[in-house]
Amino acid sequence: MNQKIRVLLAKPGLDGHDRGVKVIAAAFRDAGMEVIYTGLRQTPAMIVDAAIQEDVDAIGVSILSGAHMTLFPAVLEEMKARGAEDIILFGGGIIPEDDRKQLEKMGIARIFTPGAPTEEAIDFLRKAVAEKKSDEKMM
Amino acid sequence: MFNKKFIDKLQANLAEWDKTAAKTRGKRSMPRFFTISGADIDELYTPASIEGADNEDYYYKSIGLPGEYPYTRGVHHTLYRTKLWTMRQFAGMGTPKQTHDRFKYILQQGGTGLSTAFDLPTLMGFDSDHPRSLGEVGKCGVAVDTLADMEIIFGGIDLARVSTSMTINSPASMLLAMYLVVAEKQGVPFDKVRGTLQNDILKEYIAQKEFIFPPRPSLRLITDMMRYCTKHVPQWNSISISGYHIREAGATAVQELAFTLADGFCYVEAAIEAGMNVDDFAPRLSHFFNAHSDFFEEIAKYRAARRIWARHMREKYKAKDPRSWLLRFHTQTAGCSLTAQQPENNIVRVALQALSGVLGGTQSLHTNSMDETLALPSEKAALIALRTQQIIAYESGVANTIDPLAGSYFVEALTDRMEAEAEEYFAEIERRGGVLACIEEGFFQKEIAQSAYRFQREIENDERKIVGVNDFVLEDEEIEIPVLKIDRQVEQAQVAFVKKIKAERDNEAVKASLGRLRQVAQGDGNTFEAILDCARAYASVGEMCDVLREVWGEYVENQAALQAS
Repeated sequence: MNQKIRVLLAKPGLDGHDRGVKVIAAAFRDAGMEVIYTGLRQTPAMIVDAAIQEDVDAIGVSILSGAHMTLFPAVLEEMKARGAEDIILFGGGIIPEDDRKQLEKMGIARIFTPGAPTEEAIDFLRKAVAEKKSDEKMM
Repeated sequence: MFNKKFIDKLQANLAEWDKTAAKTRGKRSMPRFFTISGADIDELYTPASIEGADNEDYYYKSIGLPGEYPYTRGVHHTLYRTKLWTMRQFAGMGTPKQTHDRFKYILQQGGTGLSTAFDLPTLMGFDSDHPRSLGEVGKCGVAVDTLADMEIIFGGIDLARVSTSMTINSPASMLLAMYLVVAEKQGVPFDKVRGTLQNDILKEYIAQKEFIFPPRPSLRLITDMMRYCTKHVPQWNSISISGYHIREAGATAVQELAFTLADGFCYVEAAIEAGMNVDDFAPRLSHFFNAHSDFFEEIAKYRAARRIWARHMREKYKAKDPRSWLLRFHTQTAGCSLTAQQPENNIVRVALQALSGVLGGTQSLHTNSMDETLALPSEKAALIALRTQQIIAYESGVANTIDPLAGSYFVEALTDRMEAEAEEYFAEIERRGGVLACIEEGFFQKEIAQSAYRFQREIENDERKIVGVNDFVLEDEEIEIPVLKIDRQVEQAQVAFVKKIKAERDNEAVKASLGRLRQVAQGDGNTFEAILDCARAYASVGEMCDVLREVWGEYVENQAALQAS
C-alpha cells in the first residue's frame, strides 16, 4: 500500500532555466519519491508520452519563459487526448497571479510561484496522490 | 605592509582581546555568520588575517595601484572620476517596434548604452513562424527573424554614437551580422561600431542552457567571428565571458568566479590554437558578473577576478600588451535574489547589489527592476532601477575615490581567500581534462545544482532569512505594482511579418547565400563572412541555424551524466 509516489518533472518550451526544477527534484527525492526528470525542451506530446510510459502519479511542469498560457493548456489537452487525465498535473514558474488563477481553473491542480517552500510542494503532492488513490479504490 | 614584529604583537593582543570578547559572546543574533554562498566569516579581521601582509612587497604584489598590474584596485588610473560606469539597462520585449520605443525612452532618460534582450525563439535559432516558437514569441525579449527586424529596432538610432550590447549566444554571429548591416546601410563604417556580444557558449552548456550546436563547432563560430572583428570591427567586444547565469543557476560566488574565468581561459586557448596572436584578440574580451546580495563577498569577487585574469594572461598565456591583462566587466544585479513577495523591497536589494558592483569597480551596470519575479519590467519599474544607479553615482559619494574598500582587512582577506579557492577549482578542472570535458561529464552542472539545493535547504531550515519569504511575511498580501503583459497579438503580428519578408525578398539570393554558408561550414573558411552575406540577403536566423544544424548536428544534454552523483 505504501508505494512510493512516482512523479515526472518536465520542462516544455524553449527556456533553459532549470535551477527550480532541479531543486524540486532533489527535494522530492529526499522526501522518498521516485522522480523522473525529462530534461529540457520537451514538447507536450513528449511529456505525456513519458508520463504514461513511466506510469507516474503526477506531472510537474516548470516554465519560466512566459509561455505558460500556451504550454500548460497544451499539456492538459494532450493528456485528455490520451485518456491520461487521472495523472495529477501541477507546475511552477514565473507566473502572474491572474494567470495562476486561470490555469488552476482550467484544471492544473496547483501552480507554485517564486518563494514557495519545497515542503509545500511535497505536502501538496502527498495529499493529492493519497486522494487520487482513495478515489481509485472506491471506483 | 606590516612588519613581522607588529604582527606578532598584534597576535598577542588578539589573544587577550579574545578573552574579554568571550565574556560578551552570549546568545547569537543569528544562527550562523556566513555569506550567501555559505562561506563562514570570522568575527574580526585585522592585519593578522591577511596572509603575507608582513612581506615588504605584499602591497604591490597583491593590491597595487589602479590601472596597474595586478589591477586589484581597478583597470583605470582614474576610474569614475574620468568616466562613470555605463548605465546599461537590458531591454527588449514584444515586437521590434516596441523595443525600439523602449530604447528611445532609455536614451531620453539618460541611459548611456543599449542592451538588447531577445526572445527565446531567437536565442534558440527558430523563426517566429516555427512550430516550436508557439507561445514564446516576444515574451522574454524581442523577436528578431531577419534584417528587417533589426532595421526597425535601431531605426533612427545613430550606430556610430551608441554602444550596444546584445545578449545572444548560439546565434550570436547572425545577430551581430544583422547589426553590422544596419550600420552599413546607415553609412557607418564598421570600425566606428561599438558594442558587446555575449557570445559565451560555454556558460550555456554549464548554466543557461540555450545551446544549439555541439561545443566544438560552437567554438569555431566564435573564433571565426573574433578573427573577423579583430580585423574589421576593432571596437567590438567579441565575447562577454559570463558568470551571471552561472550564479543565477545557483552557484556560489567562488563557483561563479572560478567557472567564468575557466571559460575565459578556454576561449583564449581556442583562439591561440586557431592561430591567433593573444594580444590581437584578448583586449576585446570582456566579462559579465552577477551582483548578489552579500555585499563584501561580491566586492571581493570583482577584485579577485581582476587579479586572477591579469596574472593568468600575463604569466600563463604570455600576453605582452597590458590591455590583454585587463578584466573589464559588466555587472547585473541578481535576478534570483528578488522576491515575488513584497516586491517593492526588491528596490532596496537592487540598490545594495548595485553599490557592491560600483565599489567593485564595474565598467557598466544593469539594475534589475522590482517586478522581475512577476513578469518583464514595467516602464515605471525600469525607471526606478535606472534612478537607483543615478542616485549611487551622483548622491552617495562613492564614485569620488577609487576602490575605497582597499586596505579593509576584511575585504583584502576575503579577496585573497576567493582567489585561492578559485585556483583550487582551476586545478580540479584541469585534472578532469579541461572545461569541455567537465561540461560533458556534468561537473559544473552538478556542482551548481548542489549549491542551489543547499541554499534552498538553508532557507527552509531557517538558517537563512529572506525578508518577506520565510520571515517578516505579510499574510494575504495583495501585489500592488503594475505587471507588464505581452499581448498575444505580438506573436501573430511577428509571424505575419516574417512571412511577408520571406515572400517579398529575393529568394534566389537567399538560397545562394545559404548555400555558401553550408559550403564554408563544411570546409574551413570563415563562417562569419558567409553569415554576413546571408544577413544582407534577409536570410532569417532560423534559416542560417538550420543550415548549421544540418552540417554540425544539435547538442543534447546527457541527463544520465547529470544525474549520476
